[in-house]
Order: sequence, then C-alpha cells, then structure tokens
Amino acid sequence: MEILNNLALGFSIALSPYTLMLAVAGCFIGTIIGALPGLGPSNGVAILIPITFTLGLDATSALVLMTSVYYGAMYGGRISSILLNIPGDEPALMTTLDGYPMAKQGKAGNALVLSGVASFVGAFLATIGLLLLAPILARVAYKFGPAEYFALYLLAFCTLGGMASNNQAKAALASCIGLAIAMIGLDNNSGLPRFTFGNLHLMDGIDFLVAIVGLFAIAEVFFFIEGKGKSSSIGVKLDKVSIPWREIFLSKWTMLRASLVGFIAGILPGAGASLGSFLAYMSEKSIAGKNGGFGTGVPKGVAAPESGNNAAAGGALVPMLTLGVPGSGTTAVLLALLMTLNITPGPTLFTDRPEVVWGLIASLLIANVVLLLMNVPMVKIFVRVLQVPAWVLLPGVTMISFVGIYSLSGSYFDLLLMVAFGALGYILRKLDIPTVPVILGILLGRHMEDALRRAMVLSDGDLTYLFSSPIAIGLWIAAVAGFIAPMFLRGLLARPQRVTD
Amino acid sequence: MLSDRIFGLVAVLVALAYIASATQVQTSFLSDPVGPKAFPMLVGAVAALCGLYMVIKPDADPQWPVGKTLLALFVCVVVLVAYAYALKPLGFLIPTAITAAILSYQISPRPTTAIITGIGLSIGLFVLFKYALGLGLFPFPKDWFANGA
Repeated sequence: MEILNNLALGFSIALSPYTLMLAVAGCFIGTIIGALPGLGPSNGVAILIPITFTLGLDATSALVLMTSVYYGAMYGGRISSILLNIPGDEPALMTTLDGYPMAKQGKAGNALVLSGVASFVGAFLATIGLLLLAPILARVAYKFGPAEYFALYLLAFCTLGGMASNNQAKAALASCIGLAIAMIGLDNNSGLPRFTFGNLHLMDGIDFLVAIVGLFAIAEVFFFIEGKGKSSSIGVKLDKVSIPWREIFLSKWTMLRASLVGFIAGILPGAGASLGSFLAYMSEKSIAGKNGGFGTGVPKGVAAPESGNNAAAGGALVPMLTLGVPGSGTTAVLLALLMTLNITPGPTLFTDRPEVVWGLIASLLIANVVLLLMNVPMVKIFVRVLQVPAWVLLPGVTMISFVGIYSLSGSYFDLLLMVAFGALGYILRKLDIPTVPVILGILLGRHMEDALRRAMVLSDGDLTYLFSSPIAIGLWIAAVAGFIAPMFLRGLLARPQRVTD
Repeated sequence: MLSDRIFGLVAVLVALAYIASATQVQTSFLSDPVGPKAFPMLVGAVAALCGLYMVIKPDADPQWPVGKTLLALFVCVVVLVAYAYALKPLGFLIPTAITAAILSYQISPRPTTAIITGIGLSIGLFVLFKYALGLGLFPFPKDWFANGA
C-alpha cells in the first residue's frame, strides 16, 4: 500500500502540465540524440546538463527532463543500428546483429516497430522493478556507515574496471586518474588547498561537468575528425511502417526473459546497459538453439537486446538512487546531474526528498508510454534525423558543449580544461583505457576519501575497522571478485563481431 | 607495444610527482588520524603500480593517425583553444562561425559548404540559446556598440 501512496504522490507531481511537457520534450530530444551516430546517452546527456542547469529549472523538473532524455536516447540508439548498421551508442551494438540483416530483407519498418515495443517492455518492467526494489535497498543502505561506504565505492571501481576494459591495470589506472583529479582543490576537512599549485582557478577543484563533457563529447569530435565522418554510410531505405502484430506476439517470452536478464545486469555496479543487452542476446541465442537463426535477421534477435538494454538502463538507476553509486557511464552522468542540483543520492533521499524520487519514477513511467507512442508512428521523422551530415552535426555538438560549459562559470579556464580533457579522452580511448572510471573517480573521489577519513576518526586510526561488519566484508569480497573474475571469464564473454557486408 | 610503454612511463612519473606534491600538502593542527595526505598518496601509489604494469606487459599498439589526419587533429585542438580564449572578448557570433567552419572543413573538405555551415550554426545556435533558452550571450564584442552611443 505504501508503494501505491508513494506512486500517487509521484504522479501528482509528474502529471502537472509543465512537467508533462518537459517529459515529452525530453523524450523527443533524447530519441534524436540516441539516433544520431556518435551521440549516445552519456555524451548526449552530458552536453545538456550545463544548459539545463543554466535554465534554472527546479530539481524535480530538471531530473524529469534529463531522465526522459536518458530513456529517449536508449530508445533512439536502435534506429541507426537497424538502418545503418552503426550502433548509435554502445549498448545498441547487439541490435545491429539481427536488426541490420532484417532491414536488408526489406523488413526495416517491422524491425523498428518491434524494437520499439521491445524497448517499451524492457523499460517498463525495469521501472516497475526499480519501484519495488529501490525502497528495500534504501532501507538496507541505512545500515551503511563510513566503512561500508568506502568498501562500496571500491566495489564500484573494481567491477566497473573489471567489466569495462580488457586490461585490469588500465582500468585501475583510469580510476586513479579520476581520483587524483578529484583531490584538487580545498580539502574538505582542513580547508587548506591541495594540488592547486597556486592557481586560483583550481581552488574550487575541477568541475566534474567540465571533465564529463570533455571526455565524452569533445573526444568524440576528435574521433570523428580522425575518421573523416566515414561512418555516415549509406543505409537501408525505409518504405512503409506497419505494426507486425504476429512478430510482437511471438517474441513475448523473449522480451520478458531479456528484460529480467537486463535488469539484473543493470543493478550490478559497473555492468550497465552494454552488458545487459549482451547477456540478453546471448541467452536468447542459446535458448533458440542452432535452428533459431540468430544473426540472420530474426525478430527475436532484435527484441532480445532491445529489451535487455532498456531494462538495464532502468536497473542501473537502482544503485544510483539508493546508494549514490552509478552502474554505468550514463548513470554516472545522471549522478553528476543530481550533484549539480544539490541532491545527494542515497537512502536519505527516499525519506527526505520523497517528491524527487517518486516524481522521477512516475515520470519514467510516463516517459515510457510517451516514447512508445512517439516511436511507432513518428519513426520516419527520427529516420530523417540520420541524414544530418557529420560536417554539420559535429561542429554543432562542439559549439553546444562550449556554450554549456561557458554558461556555467563564464570562464575561459573551464573551456581550456574541457579541450584538455577532450585530448586526454582521445588518447585514453586510443590506448584502450576506459574513460568511464575516470568520470566515476572524479565524481566519487571526495566521497570515498571522506568515508575513509570518517571511518578512521570513528575507530581512532584502527584499519581493521574497515572490515568490521558483515556488510563491509561482503562488499570487500565482491570488490576483489569483481576485479579478478573478468580475467578468467574473458574468453567466455568475448563479444561477437559486427556483421559486415 | 611502444605506445603502452610510453604512456605507462609517463603515468609512473606523473604518479611519483603527484605523491611528491602530496607530501607538501599543508596540514592543520586539528587533523583527523588520516589527514589530507594519505589518500592522495595511496591513489598515486596504485597509479604508479598500474603504470609499471603497462611498461612491463604492454598491449598491441593502436593505429595512430599519421600525416594529414594528425595535422587535422592538431589544427582542431589549436582552433578550440583559440575559441576558448576568444569567446568572451569577441562575443558569440564571429568566433563561433569561424570555429564551426574550420571544424566542418576538417570533416568534409569543401570550403563553400564549410563556410555556410559555420555561419548557419553560429546564427542558429545563437537564436536558440539566447531567445529560446534565455542564456546570457553577447552576439558581438561589447564595446562595438557601447562606444557609439
């Protein structure tokens, strides 16, 4: 009953005309961002945060807008996967495996509608899961002291590093870069400057938004220039769009199973949507067996990864909201948004700011319905977006990033830092060093250090305090396992190659 | 092989410098048991170990851009740095048009299209930011019109 009451509170906020309008606008912008090759949920949401912040929206409105963009981008990613064989974002990679062959058979319209429905099922079930699971987890999280939080942050870095990279040392190095950057500025406890080298601009520390936009958006521009926009290849034409009722009905179990797999993958810190769609696709492929024809353009092969990745997107919100630990690059960006709005995610969020949490959950449900309605009849409009040439899109993205960061502080120094982070992001990605741990390090560094220092104050400098509770020990074990296990599972988890013509 | 070795070495050196500068951090007399130095030094130490690992066991080299592409990237960075400096004193429209045109040219080398893209983006985004979103941007250098009045 409590949940129904909470939901009623949420809907009373989310159903106001203004919030509803923001949700619709967010869904529309998000789908476009997702559909554009090279712009995915993380960099799309990243470049919009500074602008949202400058618009002066209140916390709930800003959150509704940005999460609609987030969900929209997850929907949109499938469009370029299916029509161009280019994943609009990383999680949409698995959708190319069956989506593109299906489009080549002249069933592009069917594939788009089916994947839209699958996205809806995945995202809807995940939002339900979020609303059931998050309050329970929030209650557990109340038992967390500084020692547990320290272990939890460590767990996030370890699993994210373990999953995100092929080389553990590189992932750990990326986390350290982020943590080291987070230390710059005034020390929380003593108020004395650290690592500022006398530079006044560095006193306040490095704004994580500058780092995020640089590492995600500007680095992407460099990659495009290197590729000379080659990836904007000619795709498959879309003729007419009808609703393939039979195919939707036939893949109902696939969607349900894939949603469950995706949701669980999403909850795991560090796993995120890419793993969700991957696991969903692989498990459906093995259920279908050799005669299932996965990889040749079967509807189930389109439905599974789409349900999986959208369910994972919802699942990733569970640890982010209840513990303040993001499960993926995009949720790290959403965490940055919350921190910009001065909202501290964690168990207290559920009791202190219920209107934010439940307003958010209600608007996710609404956004989902809006997205389904928007994506089936209007899919042709979004397809047209794909025709925006790279030589207009990329300069546009750069300019929007600059204006966004510039409007935050009005200082050229932040813009220079952003370009520097762009160059750093380019080099890191070239060397196969993941950039998401860097972001996570910058976001969580201060919290992690505070947790450690508070734990040591409580125990008067006794290090064993860090392992003093069953929860803490469990988290430490999970952290070590999460870091080491992928080394052995790598052969098993090898990603299938993209279909080539 | 070489790329990872160089990057690893750089990482080790930076990490050592970071640790060294952590030892210089001032501590106040009212400090907690850990203090402001320990965590940064720990991070630096882990980073140095990771860098060392990269030097000892490097992965295969990525394909680095050469020749024209490298030049294009270099131009791009220079232009963006210049843009960062120009945005405040020169207003939004002119630096944006120039920067967008150059970036566009780097992706697709057709001068006319690039110039049109630059001007179009500059004006379009200005209208969007200034009037639709209400951000405080200046279209031209401030003293262009202030002096005339």
